[in-house]
Amino acid sequence: MKLRLAIPVATAALALAALAFVVPAMAADTPDPVADAKAFQKYFTDKFPKLKPQDFVNGPYSMNEDLHKQWEEKEEFPPYEFALEAGKEMFATPFKNGKSYGDCFPDKGIGIRQNYPYFDEKEGKVVTLELALNRCREANGETPLSYVRDEMASLTAYMAFTSRGKPMNITIPNDPRALAAYENGKRYFYTRRGQLNFSCASCHVQSPGERIRAEILAPALGILNAMPIYRSEWSGMGTTSRRFVTCNSQTRAVPLEPQSDEYRDLEYYLSYVSNGLPISGPGARP
Amino acid sequence: MSMRTSSVRNIVTAAVLLLAGAAPAFAASETDFKAAYVAAEAAEKEAGQLRNRWTTAEAALKAAQKAAEAKNFDAGIAAAKEAEALAKASIFQATSEKERWKDMEIH
Repeated sequence: MKLRLAIPVATAALALAALAFVVPAMAADTPDPVADAKAFQKYFTDKFPKLKPQDFVNGPYSMNEDLHKQWEEKEEFPPYEFALEAGKEMFATPFKNGKSYGDCFPDKGIGIRQNYPYFDEKEGKVVTLELALNRCREANGETPLSYVRDEMASLTAYMAFTSRGKPMNITIPNDPRALAAYENGKRYFYTRRGQLNFSCASCHVQSPGERIRAEILAPALGILNAMPIYRSEWSGMGTTSRRFVTCNSQTRAVPLEPQSDEYRDLEYYLSYVSNGLPISGPGARP
Repeated sequence: MSMRTSSVRNIVTAAVLLLAGAAPAFAASETDFKAAYVAAEAAEKEAGQLRNRWTTAEAALKAAQKAAEAKNFDAGIAAAKEAEALAKASIFQATSEKERWKDMEIH
């Protein structure tokens, strides 16, 4: 009788012990964006204890005093000013049907940059500001703009400018597809690619402040808050799409098409983990 | 004819005959190139399906095609083999990174 009882008791004990191991493992695999963002921001503030959190949005210019001085001087006659003016004019110019960009966005498109990208529950995908602008054009009978050229950079520069100082405010709705998009973006960020075997994190998590050839690498924290940017290296403006494409090429990976699902998800993830940091775009970079 | 001249002539004749026999074995044919190119292209296609093509593999494939157009099949095969090796490395990278990306994650 005792033996009869002992067998089921032992089996139950074994099952419980197995569960004790399995449950934490499952919990570790469940995406937790809030914990991710907290850990992400802590990593950078621990790595650069002298920097205020809001300074990270200035990229390499926040990394040392000399560069910071250069940035202050540059801001007196910012190189993105032409793009800003052009963007303001484009934004206000009506389409052929009489409508304008403002008609496609909440608050007429002013001061809303910090809410992009967002997860569109109807479509089940991430919508970036660049994508929303082109969708607006197409809905009004206009041809879409190139995602990597000046006109898109000018438009987003103006919209970013109207949001300057507002904290990044990306939300993840209670929708498993939104969480999957976030997780996909995170995976893309940390995945090594290209013949040089670099991930986004190789440069912007492991080595911010370090030199890669002549450049000083920007921290990933707040990196998109400054978009679009004027890059001296490009002698012109660059959109977020252009930044992703060139980053991939620099690692000798064939870039994906701008606004592919992967890039949209990457922008979602990177923006989310920078929540709370101010929009500083348009920015300037060496 | 001296004994010496005769020997030299024999050596030259033998060398010419040997070379004539060996040449086809060294020069690559268009068929060889096509086989190498198809293998490289298949590997690069697989890398594309994994969304992980490398610019260097693409460049080697183009170089292979260009060499073949110029009927330089030796160079074409060498470039195709390089492209295949690079494409296979990119496939390995994409496959291993399916899990390994987590090693770099901030916790």
